[in-house]
Amino acid sequence: MSQEITTGFPVAGAPRFESIDAVRQGLAGVDYLADDGISGVVFLADRLAKPVLVEGPAGTGKTELAKSVARLTGSRLIRLQCYEGLDESKALYEWNYKKQLLRIQADSGQSWEELEEDIFAEEFLLARPLLEAIRSPEPVVLLVDEVDRVELETEALLLEILSEYQVSIPELGTVRATQIPLVFLTSNNTRELSEALKRRCLYLHIDYPQLERERLIIETRVPGISRALADQVARIVRSIRTLDLKKDPSVSETLDWARTLVVLGIESIDVEQARDTLHILLKYQTDIERAAKELAGVDSPD
Amino acid sequence: MLDLLTGFVGELRAAGIPVSLTEHLDAAEALRHVPVEDREALKYTLGASLVKSSSHWRAYETAFEIYFSLRGPAYRIDDAQDGPGQLDTDDTGQMQGQGHQRGQGRGRGSGGGEGMTPEELADLLYKALLGANSSMVAAVARQAVSRYAGMEAGRPVGGTYYLYRTLRNLDLDGVLERLMAESRASTRSAAEDPGGGDPGGGDGGDPTVTLTSLEERLLRDEFQARIDQLKAEIENEIRRRLVADRGSEALAKSLRKPLPEDIDVMHATRDELVALRKALVPLSRKLAVRLARKRRHGRKGPLDFRSTVRHSLSTGGVPVDPKFRYPRPSKPEIVVIADISGSVASFARFTLHLVHAISSQFSKVRSFVFIDGIDEVSRFFERVDDPSEAVHRINTEADVIWVDGHSDYGHAFTVFWERWGEEITPRSSVLLLGDARNNYHASQAWVVKELQARARHVYWLNPEPRAYWDSGDSIVGEYAVHCDDVVECRTLRQLERFVGELA
Repeated sequence: MSQEITTGFPVAGAPRFESIDAVRQGLAGVDYLADDGISGVVFLADRLAKPVLVEGPAGTGKTELAKSVARLTGSRLIRLQCYEGLDESKALYEWNYKKQLLRIQADSGQSWEELEEDIFAEEFLLARPLLEAIRSPEPVVLLVDEVDRVELETEALLLEILSEYQVSIPELGTVRATQIPLVFLTSNNTRELSEALKRRCLYLHIDYPQLERERLIIETRVPGISRALADQVARIVRSIRTLDLKKDPSVSETLDWARTLVVLGIESIDVEQARDTLHILLKYQTDIERAAKELAGVDSPD
Repeated sequence: MLDLLTGFVGELRAAGIPVSLTEHLDAAEALRHVPVEDREALKYTLGASLVKSSSHWRAYETAFEIYFSLRGPAYRIDDAQDGPGQLDTDDTGQMQGQGHQRGQGRGRGSGGGEGMTPEELADLLYKALLGANSSMVAAVARQAVSRYAGMEAGRPVGGTYYLYRTLRNLDLDGVLERLMAESRASTRSAAEDPGGGDPGGGDGGDPTVTLTSLEERLLRDEFQARIDQLKAEIENEIRRRLVADRGSEALAKSLRKPLPEDIDVMHATRDELVALRKALVPLSRKLAVRLARKRRHGRKGPLDFRSTVRHSLSTGGVPVDPKFRYPRPSKPEIVVIADISGSVASFARFTLHLVHAISSQFSKVRSFVFIDGIDEVSRFFERVDDPSEAVHRINTEADVIWVDGHSDYGHAFTVFWERWGEEITPRSSVLLLGDARNNYHASQAWVVKELQARARHVYWLNPEPRAYWDSGDSIVGEYAVHCDDVVECRTLRQLERFVGELA
């Protein structure tokens, strides 16, 4: 551990992945199609023992990435869903007040010193996701979901665990990680995260996939879809994304749409069918009208 | 390698991307784990450890291309010259013979080019785009640059000049039309299945079928995407040559792309304006979230006894967790008076957009625009979800011209005072937007003085650099004495900071 302090880099455990390609193939094996950027960053996160901050539009597979990596490495996924008002007692640990009170009331014969030592024992500690991830003996993937929802001050809670993989509990001392978990933080970018947090993470921006990759994703995730239909779906979605809409269709919405088409037994989409099912892809009435009009070619450019 | 990295980090910092020492160390550490020959991997590795915001990615990419451009065997500059001309003509012939077939890997050979006529090049380009063959597209791009850009060593012009020259000669719009026509024809004949690369024949079979409008649109988007790829290739090629000519450091300086929030709004190019508009939407959303939070989680008020007792029940009546009442500060009322004459129009648009996007943070927002006449435009913003729509309507519908369509602050202010002056209350904050270039009309600064007397605050936002104030016909100084503050507001960053403090 002294080495850790001198170099400033936490010592990574045994590498989980051989190479960047191994990551990509492994992820493809659990039905997650990663591109160069994604697999490269996951690989680095493992080698450098650094958390990954994943940003990007909603529904592009940020949370899915963490889940897939957990499946791939066969680790347990511990998830901390962030929300406004999240605090230490929900994220890190909490003393079990009620149990402590009971303990004090049940046994009044003890001296204060004994009692104090007693009620601040592990037994009375309620581990919340972050502490749980650190203490877990088996390999863990920790997912801190939508970290942009917590307040700026609460972010600070994460800093110690992200850089040192340890949690300091004043009454108990410092709990160090027995194994370095792979950490993913996702953000929908509703606010700027603090520099301190960003500095400790590798940054990964997941955008809407390229046409070819989106087609592959549709083929992998939607059973029973024909190649031609997948291709057509991907193309239409790309066309819709070039329009200036309030909310672009996300990958998950694309998949929903493709599934619907398969269920309806549609083999090749025409304008009529596209218009009837657009509400799955787009969630605003104005967007739907606009896209339907564009696809029908009423006022296509030139 | 470490020296190179240090230079690169220096360049990123110069481009405005904050790179801390830890991140620099991380990048160096990360380099030990990835194969350096793999350029893509290198790019993502450095990107992941050095760049922590997606809006910085473009600036990062440019810097990366410049710094690591000549360092890969596939990117040798003489590539375009070493292919013998013989191979080239063969290639073209082959291509014509095989029609749509995707010639994987054959595109490499299209070097030489001295013997090619412009028609042949255009034809090659067309084939490359039709077949979606990326290596061939790259080769064509290289070819086009050496042919049309007319690059001269040591000539101090930016890459855009060469880009423009190349694109003008290629006539990409014409190519797009030709591609479309070709696909229509091939659907009609529908004799052969062109395979996955060409979507036109996907539903072929019936020879009389023409493309439906949906398919036509999809096809157009497909070709447009390929043409965009070609443009990117051409840009890369030009950059590579420029680097070879002048060296990375000199070039990095001239090609440096400002971050969207640092672009000078008054002098933005068309592309930059698009980037600005894109940056504005998330910016206003973030600002709204931040302000809403500030309002809710402000300082704590007095103890809320009732709530404290209520919550103490779970700890056996011991008030472990005291609860407080939160004060609800009143929301200010905003009056925006903006000059929308040519020179400052885009600035006014951005400000109106931003103020209305966060209008929920104010009790009331009223907007007025003027050139030499003045008109209220608040009605455009009512009941529309998207401020940009309203801003567009302002440009076409607002009645702002009185005499000649040159800014006349004095007249506009006087009219404002006569018609709406009564409605300014001590709760209003007045924002005046403009460069105060009054075309030597009377200033009528007394209106601003009266406004200040009535309103809570009067601010003036000036999109010009401070150094130009009060030069020429700018009379911002005359108004400034009656304003609470005059703020230089040239970039989105400055604008955001100001609006954030206002609410």
